[in-house]
Amino acid sequence: MNIWVYIDHFKGVALPTSWEAIGAAKSLGATVTGLVLGSGVEALAQQAFEHGADVVFMSDDPALADFRPEVFSSTIAAADSSYPEAIFLPTSTRGREIAAMLAIDLNSGVLVDVTSVELAGDHLVVTRPIYSGKIFSKEVCSSRPQIVTLRGRAFPKPAPTTGKTGELKKISAKAEALTTVEGYTASEGGVSLTDAGVIVSGGRGVSNNPSLQPPAGLDEKAAEIWRAQQGFKLVGDLASVLGAAMGASRAAVDAGYIPYSHQVGQTGKVVSPDLYIACGISGAIQHLAGMRTSKVIVGINKDAEAPIFKVARYGVVGDLYAILPALTEAFKKKLGK
Amino acid sequence: MKIVACVKQVPDTAAKVAVENGKVTWGDAPLVINPWDEYAVEAALRMKEAQGGTVTAITIGSETAADALKHALAMGCDDAILINDPALSNVDTQAVARILAAAVKKIDAVDLVFFGREGVDGNSGLVASQAARLLGFASLTFASVVKFEGGTLRVERATEEGRQIVTSKPPAVLSIVKDYGDPRYPSFMGIRKASKATIPTWTLAELGIAAPVPIVSTVEILNPPAREVNCDIISGTPAEIADKLAEKILAEKVL
Ligand SMILES: Cc1cc2nc3c(=O)[nH]c(=O)nc-3n(C[C@H](O)[C@H](O)[C@H](O)COP(=O)(O)OP(=O)(O)OC[C@H]3O[C@@H](n4cnc5c(N)ncnc54)[C@H](O)[C@@H]3O)c2cc1C
Ligand SMILES: Nc1ncnc2c1ncn2[C@@H]1O[C@H](COP(=O)(O)O)[C@@H](O)[C@H]1O
Repeated sequence: MNIWVYIDHFKGVALPTSWEAIGAAKSLGATVTGLVLGSGVEALAQQAFEHGADVVFMSDDPALADFRPEVFSSTIAAADSSYPEAIFLPTSTRGREIAAMLAIDLNSGVLVDVTSVELAGDHLVVTRPIYSGKIFSKEVCSSRPQIVTLRGRAFPKPAPTTGKTGELKKISAKAEALTTVEGYTASEGGVSLTDAGVIVSGGRGVSNNPSLQPPAGLDEKAAEIWRAQQGFKLVGDLASVLGAAMGASRAAVDAGYIPYSHQVGQTGKVVSPDLYIACGISGAIQHLAGMRTSKVIVGINKDAEAPIFKVARYGVVGDLYAILPALTEAFKKKLGK
Repeated sequence: MKIVACVKQVPDTAAKVAVENGKVTWGDAPLVINPWDEYAVEAALRMKEAQGGTVTAITIGSETAADALKHALAMGCDDAILINDPALSNVDTQAVARILAAAVKKIDAVDLVFFGREGVDGNSGLVASQAARLLGFASLTFASVVKFEGGTLRVERATEEGRQIVTSKPPAVLSIVKDYGDPRYPSFMGIRKASKATIPTWTLAELGIAAPVPIVSTVEILNPPAREVNCDIISGTPAEIADKLAEKILAEKVL
């Protein structure tokens, strides 16, 4: 069986799920062809070999410097005269869109954002969470290639073998484009939520410290946001000791405490870290939808009845303003930081 | 400008969705317009308000799905079309995209088609790009800012790494994300107008296409395995709690 794996990257830095996808394909016993598209991506091709790709199709072309779905999809669709049994891609904004367009070009189907893949005879059976994880759906694709996008952190990442090589085949870019990329606004930096192994999140509770005295002259809303910033600083301090990404509830985002890109939940990001620490978050069903598959969940909340404790492995009933600084200190000591 | 907004009806996100007897159930929770599609309608309406033109809301669904169209009309869409056909009991995203693309062609000379980011039911997020590919339109997905100046669309796309700024000429497909800005509430006048509106129904025959054969199918749906969580409540002074909690987390080997 042959599986192509799209190596998703941003400016030459691969998303970890690209390697997880190679690992998933290998574990099915497949021969893996990595698809490396971009400009100045030779190092990425080498990394694909080291993570297990047997073959790499590489299109290294200035026309591919910026991601454009129509260009990337056409390039992959024209990569070879014969198609594999399956094409795996990370479930990223790019992976999803290439998958969608390839399905049209190759007249096949997409099994999107799967958390497990099994081989049943000659076809794949995948499991994917639907209704934001309230239900699991087992799905199959009747055409070939079976196009599958894999959820980040759902599959083990293979350990790279330094120096491993394979067959490198250069393919040409199909550059006819309908869009022009003008540039990027500064990214927010920090650890990306969906790739994070540890997430510390804050909710509406982060602004709830009446004893904090905001600077004079702030109106009520500004004072609330000022308080929230002090609370999120405590969340951020813990996150930085743990090398964690910072998340938030929708209530915190809607109240203007933190940008939407941090929102976890049904209408935010779906995350599945090894450790999720929810601070001042009640645990509404829409929030749980985005994080309930985390390995270990910790809830810190003043209210012993908060629903977050129904999914949490560890709970602290208390004021985050008292607990978080103590927890940050404790980790600093224990981790030797 | 001729603008189309694609909306779908889904169970309310607060519903307790579960599998019973092999079927998805959501108790007595209401069916609502897909929350993401409200952003699509909002973006479509703001484009119309800036450029002039019309916004047509379309949905593929049963007769009750017309309620999602009424919501779009109440927000301010000019008209709505329900695509309903007995042959459509089993569709995958590609079939939905093919039907929507056929409808856009039938409406004719459409400049912009707005989609939501994804359905909160199937969590696919495929239809917009698939429709763009079928129509040969530019695909501008995950748009958080949409501008149209001097005949050029300029969009900020929310990606993992930050915002990508992309331009294109119409015709184009756009999918809208939450930081575009809050969708408006239907006005009282809008609700009255929508309740009186007659919504035409199109069948596949009227679209001139056969029922697309689904390529992706579901073999089984399951309730997620029950998570055995017994919350270990840690008590003491803040320093004691912090010490105990940090020890327990370190023992979990998740750091
Ligand atoms: C269509 C739809 C989509 C949605 N999507 C999302 C989504 O993607 N993500 C999401 O998060 N929500 C989502 N929601 C909103 C969700 O229903 C909740 O309103 C939201 O999650 C609540 O956020 P919160 O827990 O921060 O706030 P609250 O529910 O107000 O909880 C605040 C918590 O903080 C605790 N607290 C207060 N002060 C302190 C303190 N000093 N120390 C410790 N604890 C304290 C309180 O006891 C309380 O439990 C959605 C809702 C709808 C209708
Ligand atoms: N049945 C439908 N009728 C109209 N639009 C739809 C339908 N299904 C999906 N869409 C549109 O496609 C978007 C993405 O849906 P999906 O790819 O199914 O997650 C939605 O937000 C809608 O804008």
